[in-house]
Amino acid sequence: METIFALSSGRPPAAIAIVRISGPDALSAAAALAGTLPEARRAGLRTLRDGAGEVLDRALVLAFPGPSTATGEDLVELHLHGGRAVVTAVEAALAAQPGLRAAESGEFTRRSLENGRVDWAQAQGLADLLSAETEGERRAAMAATEGAVGREVRGWMDRLSDAAARIEASIDYAEEIDEAAALEDIREILARLVGQMREVCARPTVERLRDGAVVVLAGPPNAGKSSLFNAMLSREASIVTNRAGTTRDVIEAQVVRGGYAYRLVDTAGLAEATDDPIEQIGIERARRVIDGADLLLWLGDPSGCPAGAVQVRAKSDLRHMGDGIPVSARLPRTVDHLWQMVEQATADRTIGSDVRLHDDQRRSVMLAAEELASAGLCDDVVVAAEHVRRALRLLAMVMGMDATEAMLDALFSRFCLGK
Amino acid sequence: MEAAAAAARRGASVVLISQAVSAIGVMSCNPSIGGVGKGHLVREVDALDGIMARAADHAAIHHRMLNESKGAAVHGPRVQADRALYRTAVRALLGSYPHVTIVEGTVDDLRISSGIVEGVVLENGETIAARAVVLATGTFLGGRIFRGLEREAGGRVGERPANRLGERMRSWKLAMSRLKTGTPPRLDGRTIDWARLQRQGSDDAQWTMSTMSTGRQQPALACAITRTSARTHDVIREGLIDSPVASGAIDGRGPRYCPSIEDKVARFGDRDGHQIFLEPEGLCDSTVYPNGISTSLSTDTQVAFLRTIEGLKQVDVTVPGYAVEYDHIDPRMLDHRLALPMIGGLFCAGQLNGTTGYEEAAAQGLVAGANAAAYARGTEPLLLDRASSYIGVLIDDLVLQGISEPYRMLTARAEYRLSLRADNAEARLGEIARAAGLMTDVRHRHYERRAEQRERLRRDDLRSDEVDADIGAEVAADRGYAPYVARQEVEIASMRRDGAIAIPRGDALRGVAGLSSEMVERLERSAPATLDHARRIRGITPAALSALWLHARRSA
Repeated sequence: METIFALSSGRPPAAIAIVRISGPDALSAAAALAGTLPEARRAGLRTLRDGAGEVLDRALVLAFPGPSTATGEDLVELHLHGGRAVVTAVEAALAAQPGLRAAESGEFTRRSLENGRVDWAQAQGLADLLSAETEGERRAAMAATEGAVGREVRGWMDRLSDAAARIEASIDYAEEIDEAAALEDIREILARLVGQMREVCARPTVERLRDGAVVVLAGPPNAGKSSLFNAMLSREASIVTNRAGTTRDVIEAQVVRGGYAYRLVDTAGLAEATDDPIEQIGIERARRVIDGADLLLWLGDPSGCPAGAVQVRAKSDLRHMGDGIPVSARLPRTVDHLWQMVEQATADRTIGSDVRLHDDQRRSVMLAAEELASAGLCDDVVVAAEHVRRALRLLAMVMGMDATEAMLDALFSRFCLGK
Repeated sequence: MEAAAAAARRGASVVLISQAVSAIGVMSCNPSIGGVGKGHLVREVDALDGIMARAADHAAIHHRMLNESKGAAVHGPRVQADRALYRTAVRALLGSYPHVTIVEGTVDDLRISSGIVEGVVLENGETIAARAVVLATGTFLGGRIFRGLEREAGGRVGERPANRLGERMRSWKLAMSRLKTGTPPRLDGRTIDWARLQRQGSDDAQWTMSTMSTGRQQPALACAITRTSARTHDVIREGLIDSPVASGAIDGRGPRYCPSIEDKVARFGDRDGHQIFLEPEGLCDSTVYPNGISTSLSTDTQVAFLRTIEGLKQVDVTVPGYAVEYDHIDPRMLDHRLALPMIGGLFCAGQLNGTTGYEEAAAQGLVAGANAAAYARGTEPLLLDRASSYIGVLIDDLVLQGISEPYRMLTARAEYRLSLRADNAEARLGEIARAAGLMTDVRHRHYERRAEQRERLRRDDLRSDEVDADIGAEVAADRGYAPYVARQEVEIASMRRDGAIAIPRGDALRGVAGLSSEMVERLERSAPATLDHARRIRGITPAALSALWLHARRSA
């Protein structure tokens, strides 16, 4: 049995985020991050570090040895500061441990049932709910398959099935097929498919759209980022949340403007190389946020402006000369002007009817593309066929078409992750 | 024969009844054994101490390892067997079983009392009592032969069909239908112009079908390759007028993957020609089997189209080709033991279950025989799952999915293909065979010796030149595939976990909350025993599976 983990509280940012780990390696995995575990069923404050010793967070850790736990297995809860960056970093550190993987939808609930932690009376109630939900999911999947995503994925599946059939024919009818030619053809088809799948995956997902385009303010310390951040929030923007992240480095707010959502992020100042290891970590995090930005507003010297970023001349009331869009936190008109620019620059991400995947669909398509890329590199056609088979299965999952997938996954997939 | 031998190995006393004792071990069609997928089956039958592989080695006059340029997982060992030597070898191997008695006769009926089989009734009125019966009727059940406008009752040319038994089975309300298969004309090799043809030599490598055999036992013969031409296709088109398939006389479905030459011409006629492999049938027999042109056209048309083919301009036909149509049961009525649950003690194997090929038949015969013995003697059944073997895949496909054309083994059917290699059959099935009591003493010692070699080689306790050559290659291939096999382990574990969850059958299905009547119907047809089986039935929805799973948990 593998050990699984998942964020079991709401979507960050939030005051705290609870990551649960369940399975035979739960205790050792948590200990690897926390150094030592507190006494069973008692909360203890621990510094979490990843494999390289980098500090991830100071967190409350609770260990529940099985079987008298919610899942019937060893279970650990990590109560983290609720910023996205922290949760992502902790999840990455957990995934890097041997035997651990991210839980699939509803997997915690499934383990509770499997290990008899839910009795039949409860399960009976679940049964009705589940058959309704599974049915609902099937309908939802069908609805999805009618749309643009469905057409795209079905197209991939058709071409892939065709390629798979030809590979199989070259194996099972070796004497009758001109293999060399056939396989060259197939490699080409696979390469094209990988390209198309990766292209679709590169677009923001439905969830990303719902959460909003990520607009990041970056630049050296004292460039005026925080003032601009506050000014952008206060002018005609309704603030959805405005909580400090867990670290001193990244502050994030969700904003709705003109009917569209944005995630506005203020990063720590990007100082030049520093000897202070803590500060170094902060800078690393800021860089990660910058990498994930849909739009980067650069408040520093034009010579340091990252590629693709928008140069902003902050404190324009004080600095009358220079490159970039002039903006001053003190002049609402300039802030409005900046917002209009932001809206335009991110418009192509928020409108458009082309294929947008959900996060989990995107995960499947990415994995399928990886399988196909590996297939293209194989000398052994049997191994290539195995990769293609896996890719097909992943795509079938997107379409809700694969009855051979573990049925329990389908059973609980409507349950929120980690419940 | 595999059924009789397997039952005897498990301690049963066996009567093998055949219409013609002299025909035991006769190959009805192609004199070749093995191939891609089929070679896997032969090696598995051997690992379970069956007969086929050793008989094939004894009779082999041409060896070919198909897919040799591809990965080891799909290497397909195939031999051409000398018909006469093969039959002699089968008879000799069967003769080594003291508890197998061979009886010549035709079974007309079964004796059944309150749903339990008690024996068989022969045509001459004689009754043979038995606690379990294995039916392996091949193409003989209601067999009808077609050639042009000629019709003949029979399972093979010159051999009469088993009609009474077919009628009796229909009266038991078994789901049955018709399939057809065909065979090509046999040629007189002395009238073939071999010099004009491309020669295909036998492999030099010393591999064998059975791990018990060593080296080459017979001299090697070459095969040859020729192809049909546009002129051939014209003659065939003109002759279609006499074809029983074209005239609608045959309703049984034939295999798409082994079409008759007239089908090939009708469907892919524009191709520049279809390959024909000319395979010698024996060392002391000039008959040649032209592989790739099975046909039921009239004898005249057959001769005419053959003579348009390179190398065959002067050819004489010794036996014309024909199509045969026969009864088979819907294999979804069977369980994984190959038993028909509605009649206690009755087992079915081979073409009767809708398969084609000697290897598929042998594999089923072995399992049905082993389970008939288990039933009769109250011991454990032999159940092979999809992760263990191609035999497991074959049986699982048959009993859960059913068939719509004669079922032939393909490696594409095996999702765990990377671990199910022809070269590791013994490692995969040896322990199962031993535990099931399927090994004779000689085999058991042979197996123990090799298992030890394999183990020590894996531990690097021996070098590969210190073990049997095939074990060296097998362990090397194991290492090559290890990362992929490890990935599949997760799937296999989940399959086996669901395989341990029993689900309700029959009327009890209607008591499962949340199952639609359509789902109940689908489940009833294949009667899956476990959740894992149910998952593989076509059209079963995740919602239905969740309902079954929850039901099983409540009952547990």
